[in-house]
Amino acid sequence: MEKFARITGIAAAFPKANIDTDAIIPAQWLRSLGTDLGKGLFAGSRYDPAGKENPDFILNRAPYRDAKIIVAGPNFACGSSREGAVWALQRFGIRCVVAPGFSDIFFENAFKNGLLPVILPDRDVQELLDFLETTNDPSLTVDLERRVIETLQGRTISFTIPEARRTALLEGLDEIGQTLRQEAEIAAFQARDREARPWIHRRERGLVAKARG
Amino acid sequence: MTLGETMFDKIWRQHVVCELADGVHLLHVDRHVIQETTCAQSFAGLDKAGRRTRDPDLTFAVVDHIVSTAPGRTGETFEGGRELVHLMRKNCPAHDIELIDVDHPWQGIVHIIAPELGIALPGATLVCGDSHTATSGGVGAYAWGIGTSEVQHVLATQTIVQRRPKAMRVSFEGRLGPSVHPKDLILYLIGQVGIAAGRGYVVEYAGSAIRAMPIEGRQTICNMSIELGARAGFVAPDDTTYQYLNGRPFSPQGRLWDEALAAWRSLPSDPDATFDREVTIDCHKIRPQITWGTTPQDVIAVDERIPDPAAIADGDRRAAITRSLSYLGLEPGKPIEGTPIDVAFIGSCTNARLSDLAAAAAVARNRKVAPGVRALVVPGSAQVKRAAEAAGLDKIFLEAGFEWREAGCSMCVAINDDQVGPGQRCIATSNRNFEGRQGPQSRTHLASPASVAAAAVAGSIADVRKLAH
Repeated sequence: MEKFARITGIAAAFPKANIDTDAIIPAQWLRSLGTDLGKGLFAGSRYDPAGKENPDFILNRAPYRDAKIIVAGPNFACGSSREGAVWALQRFGIRCVVAPGFSDIFFENAFKNGLLPVILPDRDVQELLDFLETTNDPSLTVDLERRVIETLQGRTISFTIPEARRTALLEGLDEIGQTLRQEAEIAAFQARDREARPWIHRRERGLVAKARG
Repeated sequence: MTLGETMFDKIWRQHVVCELADGVHLLHVDRHVIQETTCAQSFAGLDKAGRRTRDPDLTFAVVDHIVSTAPGRTGETFEGGRELVHLMRKNCPAHDIELIDVDHPWQGIVHIIAPELGIALPGATLVCGDSHTATSGGVGAYAWGIGTSEVQHVLATQTIVQRRPKAMRVSFEGRLGPSVHPKDLILYLIGQVGIAAGRGYVVEYAGSAIRAMPIEGRQTICNMSIELGARAGFVAPDDTTYQYLNGRPFSPQGRLWDEALAAWRSLPSDPDATFDREVTIDCHKIRPQITWGTTPQDVIAVDERIPDPAAIADGDRRAAITRSLSYLGLEPGKPIEGTPIDVAFIGSCTNARLSDLAAAAAVARNRKVAPGVRALVVPGSAQVKRAAEAAGLDKIFLEAGFEWREAGCSMCVAINDDQVGPGQRCIATSNRNFEGRQGPQSRTHLASPASVAAAAVAGSIADVRKLAH
């Protein structure tokens, strides 16, 4: 997993509520492992039906082509569980999304990949959106060590994040590796559970092949 | 005995392997179901790290999302889907996992076959890399959708790292009106509370309407928990559940069945259990529902008018409605009934079980699909397809002019070649009406199978109550 400590970069405003993961990465971009998902990010609004860039779309304009941060409306990335939504944002260059709320699955997927989702109260998100609309330099700094977002003009907004998630991002922890260290606990659970709920664990092998006949 | 526990409390307690940090638990996964579009990178990650699938016997695999649904399809499916299907044929045997392949008699949409085969069981934890995994909550499983990194974690450890969600109970009370189906209930609920209401919650569906509902309808309700924002939703098991599960291929048998049954009977929430949020829906009020916008909460009864943004005080909401109506090419304030359609899609994990096809066939019987409308029926599984054919439903659909296709996710997720064309309007039994969901620039209206069949024969959005036989 990619580590996250502190980044400074261009922030793009996506104020619309309920931006879904189909909008972030349409399904047709997920057919092959070889696809550059960064190109597919927001494809439905970023390109016209012939595949030409839509000049009005924010990520097609300077300086937002180099955006590292998205400031979004409520309930960001709702819908499909596709982790491709996180990968597409990252491949484009996005490292952090700030919003009043995220869908539960995207929130989890983001942390697993080192994309920082920051939840802020509505009024703080609105302040950032207003700032981005009026400023000439839409840059923000996101500092996970200090848990703050800063503008170059000196405005500082604090955010909260569960400590376990913060540590995992700062250290780039391999969660599977961590869990594998609990193997004794997992084995003990299964041994107990085999007694308590044997129907969960006793399964006849080969039923799938047998049903094929 | 602990008093005052919800069913969720009991399931959670039974699955905690250990606490990892404050409020962070490692939960045992009883059933892991994988599908081709969200596990290829998981296997690649395992292989790279030299890790194995820990419990192949608790892992079930099927191909459903990207496969062709064309009549007469082969194992080679459609060209754009071949890569991910071939990877399943390589990865599953390499990890000792049995694969239900394209041509297998059990093939079908993962969330339809999980209960159908008895993979999903009451009180079991079940995860899958797909947001509609809660469908298996219809038989009382605690089932939820996960990402590809989590799939890799579950393959390697048979556990998942979880923060405990809050508990919500939604009670559907009273009898259903004529031509009102489970899909109408869940759409109505989402319209009432909104698509983010369930975020951070697990939902228990209860009430007299749920108790009276067959298992397939309960699956439809649980299926759209994610459209409520909740990762999981379930119904407490009862005799209807046990009857449904008894004798299915992976259901426990003999003495194990008796032991399981005794345990399942203690799962339902205690009478004095409390929930973090309670919602009650009076089913008398519900008429056939239809969406008019680009999120599932944008829903009205079919005899209502399309909302007028000019009448909305909140600026953000007004802008969202204006954008949705413009995308869908709808006129504010007009009745939605009579809006012409191009495509009618009956399928998906929401509504492609036998009872769904029967409800649609009852409307289509002795009628014809309107000229210029493409109408598709995509059974949710090969078993559903065979059962429908045994009941003669395929003939009803074919005589009416519907396509009768092979099982798969099809035009719901539109990652295969079943797509709605740019600017075309589709009425669908699926679960999402997002911009571009059914193909670039596609327009979607969500409704029940009976309502979709009514629209297919009318050629426009129709009030199914007027067509009921």
